[in-house]
Parts: sequence; structure tokens; C-alpha cells
Amino acid sequence: MQRENHPAGPGRCQVDGSPQAAVGDWVWLNVADLQLLIDALRHDGRRVVGPQVADAAVVYRDLERAADLPRGWIDEQDGGHYRLRRDEAAGVFDHVVGPHSLKNFLFPARETIGRFLREDGTWRQLDDLPPEPPLAVIGVRACDLAGLAIQDRVFLGGESVDPGYRRRRESLFLVAVNCRRAAATCFCHSTGCGPAVSAGFDLALTERDGRFACEVGSERGAAVLATVSAATSLLACSHDEVSAARGQPAALEQAMHARQEEAGQPKPRSLNTEGIRDLLFDNLEHPRWEEVASRCLSCTNCTLVCPTCFCSSVGEVADLSGDAVERERHWASCFTLDHARMHGTSVRSSTASRYRQWLTHKLAGWIDQFGTSGCTGCGRCITWCPVGIDITEEVAAIRDTAGQKESPA
Amino acid sequence: MSTMSTESAMSTESTEKPQQAKPKLAVYKFASCDGCQLQLLDACGKLMQLADRVEIAHFLEASSRVEPGPYDLGLVEGSISTAEDIERIHAIRKECRFLVTIGACATSGGIQALRNWGQIDDFLSAVYASPETISSLEKSTPIADHVPVDFELRGCPIDPGQLLELITSVVLGRRPKLPSQSVCVECKSRGTVCVAVARGVPCLGPVTQAGCGAICPAHDRECFGCYGPAEAVNLVSLTSFYEQQGAPRDKLTRLVRGINGYAQAFREESNRLEATADGGAKGRP
Ligand code: SF4
Ligand code: SF4
Ligand code: SF4
Ligand code: SF4
Repeated sequence: MQRENHPAGPGRCQVDGSPQAAVGDWVWLNVADLQLLIDALRHDGRRVVGPQVADAAVVYRDLERAADLPRGWIDEQDGGHYRLRRDEAAGVFDHVVGPHSLKNFLFPARETIGRFLREDGTWRQLDDLPPEPPLAVIGVRACDLAGLAIQDRVFLGGESVDPGYRRRRESLFLVAVNCRRAAATCFCHSTGCGPAVSAGFDLALTERDGRFACEVGSERGAAVLATVSAATSLLACSHDEVSAARGQPAALEQAMHARQEEAGQPKPRSLNTEGIRDLLFDNLEHPRWEEVASRCLSCTNCTLVCPTCFCSSVGEVADLSGDAVERERHWASCFTLDHARMHGTSVRSSTASRYRQWLTHKLAGWIDQFGTSGCTGCGRCITWCPVGIDITEEVAAIRDTAGQKESPA
Repeated sequence: MSTMSTESAMSTESTEKPQQAKPKLAVYKFASCDGCQLQLLDACGKLMQLADRVEIAHFLEASSRVEPGPYDLGLVEGSISTAEDIERIHAIRKECRFLVTIGACATSGGIQALRNWGQIDDFLSAVYASPETISSLEKSTPIADHVPVDFELRGCPIDPGQLLELITSVVLGRRPKLPSQSVCVECKSRGTVCVAVARGVPCLGPVTQAGCGAICPAHDRECFGCYGPAEAVNLVSLTSFYEQQGAPRDKLTRLVRGINGYAQAFREESNRLEATADGGAKGRP
């Protein structure tokens, strides 16, 4: 999925910001230029969000100062386990994905989607939902972009378009980052979603020896870089430098394929996706569902951290007079009894049936529904499951013993 | 509150509820710290707006004026701790159409139910100068162990918003919209980083019912289960994982045997942890 563009020749966009970097060009940004980038994005009225160390993890937060980026932090991830570690040699983006994803911003946990007022016995819808500034997110990874593309199909594809999502999505500015390392929980190399960033960004950064090779992915990206280059001269990347920058995530991808289990280290994850739809749908009575249910807490964490899960429930909240009503949407999960409640009873009353719903929807039903798997291989559901249940391990267990059936009780 | 008392003084005393009469609310206290009633008082600002729809007929913490029963909704705070409590709760059940327990004490026996794992006489002589003047039952037990309960409002203390939702639903004759899923839902919804995963702190959130808004994890500490067990719990899996990650067994036992330690799911788990810790069962209530 490499771009066909030819990189700019050396020096092309260095003098007084002219001529400007265009889509497909690559320029060098120094660490100090990241502040100029943030300033340029904010200058245009955007809310800028970026990775920062807070509450013992790298999370997405509002970002004003480039100095708040998690330079020198590495995350160790395993099933039910996340620890930050200081590493002075680490760059600005050598952590990988944390508990937050783009979903937290584009499909927020809680959203007021309508306000209604009763006056003289008639209901009227108010259209004064609070305006939101356009959003820029710095530091998104290849799997995040893949997750976004999947949510785009859910919220924007087909006949019903989600207006709030569309509003936020259309103005979204993305500064992507090519990963230099992968956590043990990452398996984007299996799903084809990473680690190389290939499309769907405005700017993409590849960290090299303390500076960033920046690829321009869109006109908006070029415009923001033009603002940056008004404050400092930007050096274009040479042809060899672009090749080397492109080689970096490619090398990581190869390394991920070659990863082996090592004693004392978390097991590196991978997922065999071959025929996965039929594999799961053909094994709906497999004993593994009961086995995983003996460990699963039905706590919902996997679905809520998953960048593609889209379930929500909508309810009306009235004030005590009953004359002012707000319609609210909030995240829902197939791990709750309410998710499958019909006529006062839940049709997925066992944890086994709820875990099966998650796995078969994510990896099989999604393909029928949206023409793509619902899994990007980001590993969040593995890390943030409080008991470390591992989607790759569950699929492998079913694959290894496919065809088994639960003996009727 | 004075407005409400005045209003209730004007209300009818007829025992058969006339069609348009406002539902009568009664609040009772048993062994408890009064924290849940304080939450009710806290909600009273909003409750005032309900005053034309509910009559607060019996709420000693707010007013000494008592309207005679029967009542439409009885809110019970506190656990059953004395012989008189048992008689009183039976009488209360008879005079309330809907009986709702509020808080951990009424719903699961409360923190005072920790005594259920010890000998009452040991506590009495350790705490009181003249233990012979104390007449207390051996165990602190939830209301539902004695009379049928229509609904449980969880929390230590209860959440005023949930209380208001409950009262509104009784007034409107609909089911209360209250969560039954885990605290993790609220934790993730507010974007809090999981303390169990990122700090290795054993947290009861995955097995505890939502309602508090995940306050504790948002302040970097574990959930200690004050809303009691969630709709579906798998405590054995959770504590086994925490233990595998290095949490000491006695710490886990104390975590599960906390404010709602006598709630069935939590009680069974702390007993199991204790019984399998050193191969021998200890005092098991
Ligand atoms: S299923 Fe798990 S690994 Fe796949 S996208 Fe969701 S959180 Fe990431
Ligand atoms: S896996 Fe569950 S929570 Fe996620 S989208 Fe499917 S049904 Fe919804
Ligand atoms: S798989 Fe893990 S995170 Fe998901 S519901 Fe079960 S215990 Fe919770
Ligand atoms: S901190 Fe506790 S409540 Fe929050 S997600 Fe983790 S386990 Fe659940």
C-alpha cells in the first residue's frame, strides 16, 4: 500500500516557505517544530488533542505544549497489564496505543442528540446543540486510522448517517505516527491494518534520530505546514531519506511476523484470519465458549476500549416538570444483560452467549454487515481486560479444535 | 422541608387512597450512620419540585411531624441488629405498599455486618464499658432476610440522583431506570485509566454495580464495592487473576469483605478465599 508519489527534491520547500510542500511531499520537522505545528493547528481554531502521560498511562488529552508529549516513555502491555517505563533513549512516540482511541472523540461516551421543550401542550425541538470546535489529533497510529475507517462505514455508510459523527469527522485533522516498536499485544500485522501508516491522514510523522520525516497527506495538511514554514524554514527530505523513513515501519512489520515467544516476556500476539468468518459461525456450539465464560467477568471493558465497537443506547432525560427533555445517547455493550433485553427478559442471559456475541460480531458478523472485519489488531481489548482474556488466544483455541460441540447438558 | 410538612398536615388521613391523592412517603432508620438519609435531605432541593406529587408523611430526620400510615413508599435505611428491629420491620412492611431498602446497610447488612465473622461478645467487651447493658443480635442482617423487599437502592451512601429517579418512577408508576451493569462501564465512559490494569491495584469495579460514577478509580484508587454485586459477577475469576498478579490473599479477602461484604456473592467469595487460604475453614457465617 505504498504511495506512488515522488518525494520532493532536497531543498525544495526550505526558502521562506516557498514553494510550499504539497500533498505527497516529505519534509523534516525538528522536535521544536512540533510546538509550531500545535500552534498552527490551534491558530485555525482547532481543539488539539495528543498523547500525554496521565494517571499511569499514555492517554489522549488536550494538548497545548509539545513538551507534554510523552517523550522517553515506553509502555509494557500484556493481558490485563499495562505499565509505563522510563527510557531515556525513547523518542516522543515510542509508546504505542493506550486506553483511549479516536472513538472517545468522534463517538463520545455520552452525547446529547436532541433537546425538546413542551410549551402550551406542544412539543418543539430546539436546535441549539452546543457548537464544538473542529478537532485535531496528534499521534494516531495505523490501527487507529483503520479503526476510524471501520467506524466511518458504520456511522456514515449506508442510508442512515449519524449527523454528530459526520460533523466531527469532516473537520477532523489527523497527524499520524508510524510506530517504531510494537507492544506484545499488538497484532496489526495479522489484520493488515499496520504498522505502516498508508492513507487517511493529513500529516504523517516518522521519527528518525530525534527528528520527524513528515509526509503530507492532504491539502489541509499542506496548509497547516505552510503556517509552520512561515515561522521556520523546513527542509525537504531527500529521496533516500524518504525511502529510509518508509523502510522503518516496513522493518517493524517484518519483525512482528518473526516475533517468537521468549521466557519471561509477554507472548507476542498474532491472529490467523484465514476463513475466520466461517470458522466462527461453524463453531457456535464449541465448548470453548463455556470455558472462556468461566474467566470472563461480563464487565464490558473490551467493547468500550475497542476502537470499532459502536453500540449505544438512547434515552430521554426529563427535568422534574416533565416539560424539558434531553435525548441522550451513551455507549452500550453486548456484555450487559440490557443489551439483549426484549419483552423484559435478556435473550443472552449467559456470559458464554455474550462473549460469543462479541467475538462472532467483531470477527465474523461484521464482515457480512460492513464488508470488513471489526478488528484492527490494536490489542486494547487484551490489555484492558481486567483478567487478560485474549481475543487471539480464543480464536486460536477454536481453530485448533474446530468442530467440537458442547455435549448437551 | 417546612413547606412539605405544612402540606402534609393538610392531607387526608383516609386509609383508602383516593384516586388523586399524592403518594405518601415514609423514611425509616435501623442500624446505620444516617448517611443515606442525609443524601435524601440533599436531594430535597429537587424533591421540593416533587412536593406537589409526593407527600412526605414520615421522615423523622427532617421533621418530627408524622402522618399516620399506610404509606405508598417506604424507604428503609439501616440493617437489622436488635430483637426490636425485627418486630419493627414486620410492622413497617405491613404499612408500606412498596418497600425499598436504601444503602448498603439495609441491602446487605452494612459495614457492621463484619461482626458476623466474629463473636459478638468479644466486640461488646472490647468496645463498651458495661457490655451487659447492650442487647444486640449476634448478626447484622439485611432487611430482605426478614421481610420481602420490592426494590434495592444500592450505595454507601446512595446517590441522590438515583433516589430521585426511584421516587419519580413510583410517582409515575413506571420501572426505575437504574443501571445494573458494572462500575467499569462508568469508569471507561469517563475516560478514567483502569487502576487494576495500569497500576496493579486490585479493584472490585468489574463485579460491582454501577451508580457512583466510578468516583474512586477517577481518584487513583480501587473500587471497594459500595454499590454491591453487579448483575452478573464472576468473583472467582477476578480474585484468581489478582492473586496471580501478586495480590496477597488476605488483602483480597479484606477487599471483598468490605462495606457490602455480607452481600451473598461477596460473602461467598470471601469465605472461599479464607477457606482455601490455609486449607482450613474459619468462622463462616
Ligand atoms: S477487537 Fe480488540 S484488538 Fe481488535 S480492534 Fe477491537 S480492541 Fe483492538
Ligand atoms: S461486539 Fe458487541 S458491543 Fe461491539 S459492536 Fe458488536 S454487539 Fe456492539
Ligand atoms: S472479555 Fe474481559 S474485558 Fe471483556 S467482558 Fe470479559 S472480562 Fe470484561
Ligand atoms: S479501575 Fe476498576 S472500575 Fe475502572 S475499569 Fe478498572 S477494574 Fe473497572
